[in-house]
Amino acid sequence: MSGGANVAVLDAQGKPIPLSQRGPASTWSMISFGFWLFLLSDIVIFSALFATYAVLSKSTAGGPSGSDIFDLRSVFIETCCLLASSFTCGLMLIAAERRRLQNFYMWAAVTWVLGACFIGLEVTEFSDFVARGFGPTHSAFLSAFFTLVGTHGCHVSSGLLWLLVMVAQVATLGLRTTVVRRLFCFSLFWHALDLVWIGVFTIVYLGSVHV
Amino acid sequence: MARTARRLLGICCSTLLAASLSGCSAALLDPHGPIGAQEKLILIDSTAIMLAIVIPVIIATLAFAWWYRAGNPRARRLPDWDYSGRIEFVVWAIPALVILFLGGIAWLSSHELDPPKAIESSVTPLDIDVVSLNWKWLFIYPDAGIASVNKLVLPVATPVRFHMTSATVMNSFFIPQLGSQVYTMAGMATKLNLMVDDPGIYRGLSAQFSGEGFSDMTFEVRAVAGQDFEQWLDSARTGGGTLDAAAYETLTQPSVNEAPHTYGTVTGGIFEAILMHPGAAPSAAQIEHSDSAD
Amino acid sequence: MLGKLTWAAIPFDQPIPLVTSIVVVCGILAILALVTVKGWWTYLWREWFASTDHKRIGVMYVALGLVMLIRGFADALMMRGQLALAQGGAPGFLPPEHYDQIFSAHGTIMIFFVAMPFVIGLMNFAVPLQLGVRDVAFPVLNSVSFWLTASGVLLVNLSLFIGEFAKTGWLAYPPLSELAYSPGVGVDYSLWSLQISGLGTLLTGINFTTTILKMRTHGMSYLRMPIFCWTSLAANLLIVAAFPILTATFALLLLDRYVGFHFFTDDLGGNAVMYINLIWCWGHPEVYILILPCFGVFSEVIATFSGKPLFGYHSMVVATMAICVLSFLVWLHHFFTMGASADVNGFFGIMTMIIAVPTGVKVFNWLFTMYGGSIRFTVPIYWTIGFMVTFTLGGMTGVLLSIPPADFVLHNSLFLIAHFHNVIIGGVVFGFMAGYNYWFPKAFGFTLDETLGKAIFWCWFIGFYLAFMPLYMLGLMGATRRMQHYADPSWQPYMIAAFCGAALIFAGIGLTVIQLAWSIRTRERRRDLTGDPWNGRTLEWGTASPPPSWNYAVEPHVHGIDAFWAVKTKNKELHKVAESRYEADHKPHYESIHMPKRSATGFVTAFFAVLLGFGLIWHIWWLVIVAVIACIGVLLRQAWDMDRDLSITAEELEEFDRRHPSLGSQR
Repeated sequence: MSGGANVAVLDAQGKPIPLSQRGPASTWSMISFGFWLFLLSDIVIFSALFATYAVLSKSTAGGPSGSDIFDLRSVFIETCCLLASSFTCGLMLIAAERRRLQNFYMWAAVTWVLGACFIGLEVTEFSDFVARGFGPTHSAFLSAFFTLVGTHGCHVSSGLLWLLVMVAQVATLGLRTTVVRRLFCFSLFWHALDLVWIGVFTIVYLGSVHV
Repeated sequence: MARTARRLLGICCSTLLAASLSGCSAALLDPHGPIGAQEKLILIDSTAIMLAIVIPVIIATLAFAWWYRAGNPRARRLPDWDYSGRIEFVVWAIPALVILFLGGIAWLSSHELDPPKAIESSVTPLDIDVVSLNWKWLFIYPDAGIASVNKLVLPVATPVRFHMTSATVMNSFFIPQLGSQVYTMAGMATKLNLMVDDPGIYRGLSAQFSGEGFSDMTFEVRAVAGQDFEQWLDSARTGGGTLDAAAYETLTQPSVNEAPHTYGTVTGGIFEAILMHPGAAPSAAQIEHSDSAD
Repeated sequence: MLGKLTWAAIPFDQPIPLVTSIVVVCGILAILALVTVKGWWTYLWREWFASTDHKRIGVMYVALGLVMLIRGFADALMMRGQLALAQGGAPGFLPPEHYDQIFSAHGTIMIFFVAMPFVIGLMNFAVPLQLGVRDVAFPVLNSVSFWLTASGVLLVNLSLFIGEFAKTGWLAYPPLSELAYSPGVGVDYSLWSLQISGLGTLLTGINFTTTILKMRTHGMSYLRMPIFCWTSLAANLLIVAAFPILTATFALLLLDRYVGFHFFTDDLGGNAVMYINLIWCWGHPEVYILILPCFGVFSEVIATFSGKPLFGYHSMVVATMAICVLSFLVWLHHFFTMGASADVNGFFGIMTMIIAVPTGVKVFNWLFTMYGGSIRFTVPIYWTIGFMVTFTLGGMTGVLLSIPPADFVLHNSLFLIAHFHNVIIGGVVFGFMAGYNYWFPKAFGFTLDETLGKAIFWCWFIGFYLAFMPLYMLGLMGATRRMQHYADPSWQPYMIAAFCGAALIFAGIGLTVIQLAWSIRTRERRRDLTGDPWNGRTLEWGTASPPPSWNYAVEPHVHGIDAFWAVKTKNKELHKVAESRYEADHKPHYESIHMPKRSATGFVTAFFAVLLGFGLIWHIWWLVIVAVIACIGVLLRQAWDMDRDLSITAEELEEFDRRHPSLGSQR
């Protein structure tokens, strides 16, 4: 599309043109804005799941409540992994923007491994619950718990898949603008998942302690 | 073509006319209880208030459209007129004032006519437990220890406290001529207070779609004088039948158009047990347990 | 191998769906044969199915909506026919299990696959043109959105031939929609088709919000946007905020149904009221997603045909955005009767009424737009005046229903049915019809037949009153919705009148098809070569009809509201109307531009989405896996496609402008 959105800030008379009148924005700005909106809509999904969890967290139907089954130590390690991966994701993006290929690969690998550790710990937690007979079909509380935490886990897993695709893109297409822009979107996605996780950690896990 | 259309229109118009003549018996406009009477008043008053705005707006729409038609030489044209602070103020103020007024009605009447709110009366209220089933209604009279299916007998001029739940999907318990409806929902107890003023037979129904037998999920409401009510209780008591776990289990089997019948005795705690164990008919032990917990 | 799918899924024993199936299948085969014989496939594929042009996509949305209007209206006629007959002990001609599917399908189809495609179609067509830009923000995504909607349509229609549709009502309230009470595939058809089309709608919301906020042409600040763009912005913001709730809610119900979770079940702590809350958190904003763009259409139409700027533009913007925000604060009024406390009911009742304030302001502003105008009675203005009369009444009954004790007796009654048809037909359908007649000449370069257009209006207008005034009355008589038969014989005359009204509306729909066919046949004498048949005010009337794929050879510069009107007024003084459209005083500077190429991505994704949905509905797991992998494959192919743009040279643009002298080249 036509560029020039941020180029001509002065009009023919030399008067500054207000931001809202400068014509279509650049591709980069449009894509990142659109992606922001997508993330917002994703956060709305999580809000619905949080609300459902809040309503159903007491509906244990005679089964266990959160404080009976959660292992906060393991969840704390999970949290550390995810937060650390967000940091390394940032370093990865900086490397990509500076076109440092080796650094990019290194930080992408670290991010991926940290994300995979998070997923590994979550899967361990879930399978442990199921093995003890506390699967999601056991009560409304467990349904809500598995769905909320599991949806976040699904997002992280698809993020891992996306990261693999991005590495393949960098390998085949190089760090061209389009690819860096996608990496930028990926990092937005990854940080948003962090944000959601902080909500999960606080409301689901820490919240269960006081119950 | 045009003639057929005109004839069709004629038929439709005469049907409508006939319908409106025969339609003086609109249930909501012919209430037989204090709740329904107050709700009718709200319907009529608020409609009247709004019509005071709506009718002039509709007339103005048609009048403006007609007067300012392109071919009218007498109309004064204002091709650039697009703002008037005074008019803007008025067009925000008129709806705002109406809504302020109606909002007051809404707030006060929500509290005044809140379904769980007891009806003031010198007569001791009657308690009735209501259970919606597929596709029938079970009414339990806990104090008299009897129950009936698809038939609700009420004493006139006596406040009735309904405690309601569902053994199945959602339904809505509604007797149009008495007023408010409230949902019945499995695992939840909802409350509704109604009173009937005049003896007679009224239509009761489920107002929430509940599956295949929904259209027949109606019940007869028979409002009778005090001593007739006592008589009916006695005849039900002597009529036999026990509403226990087994009988209730039978009731939970889906059926359509079940003929009204009564149970002379009711196992105590059965309503609480139904409430406590949504999704399946409670066992005898569960009923006993909730009875002793009472 | 085929999951739950067996021959029993084909309705051999039910004559109505079976005959319909055969007729529809034959019809589709005939159309396919015709297209093949005439050799239209290449044209259809290149110019339409794979098009990323927002105007083409908009037209396809509208076509989809019109086809589904006929389907949804057939359901309506059957329902009204049934109720006209099934009085006393009479069974009518539709048994409950069939009738229940029909009213569920009617609601689902009319909201999701008629009203939504109509308003999204109009937005697709008009918004970029009005903003003075060449496309939407994400053209390929736009095509994906459309085709995902089409996937949903296909799945819903498949349910007629293979299996069954939901028998739960359009919103599939649990616990009725849970496996325990609805073990068949009907609810799954409903949920999966809405999940797939809902994703398409969400992507549309993101796309158009970005387009409107980031892609306006030079000089077009927010308060210079045509009002239709404002209302579209509000609708798309609502889509972005509300549709994810629908997705989440349906996902929870699907988890209950497919893997035995307990969100909304009767047992093990499930809470069906949670579903009712969540679904209406989406559902109420949804009605404003539909009505707000239609308010925009009426605003454009009434200003254009009154020959005046819209009265109180700023007020309209404030009112639109107020409705947008308030629409999220009223959801509980759909279930005052579920035992909420008096405080809660009172609060939501008042919030609901407050929406009537900005809506009332809009009506008054339209009224004062007409004041002092010079009104030309074209088809769009008929619909607009019909709307102002009808919608005012519908709004009044809406405010009445928002008073909790009034709702205690009117909830779920035919009065409620009459109310929401009053606002949806009187608002959304009338709005769409106004927009359809208004923008049709822009899309195709010739006008629709006016006489037939007015006949269609009268069919709908009279038909609406005939069909729904009796339902208001029946509601007051205590008649409830969704009943398949009734005992009281005094209801029958009303039911018969309602059927006649529906039949009259159906005649209007038939005439719409005839109007289209007739106008196409006589297009040569109804050609509009000026690009501005209505003496319009906004930018879209300043380009050729139909506009070239790039909309504007030179991006227009605007200096105020009603930008094209300003140019025309200025040029009238210069006596150069025909010669200059954008900038009177200098020859346009043509530059080569990039436009998106056509793309198979949307169509192919939707194809696999249908397979995915079908596999999920019938538990054909291998098909699900294949379809998911295929969808990922399409996504990857798209990710590696670095050659998406088509370059259009400055000479081509200049050449086009020369061939369309209305287009503003100076020589």
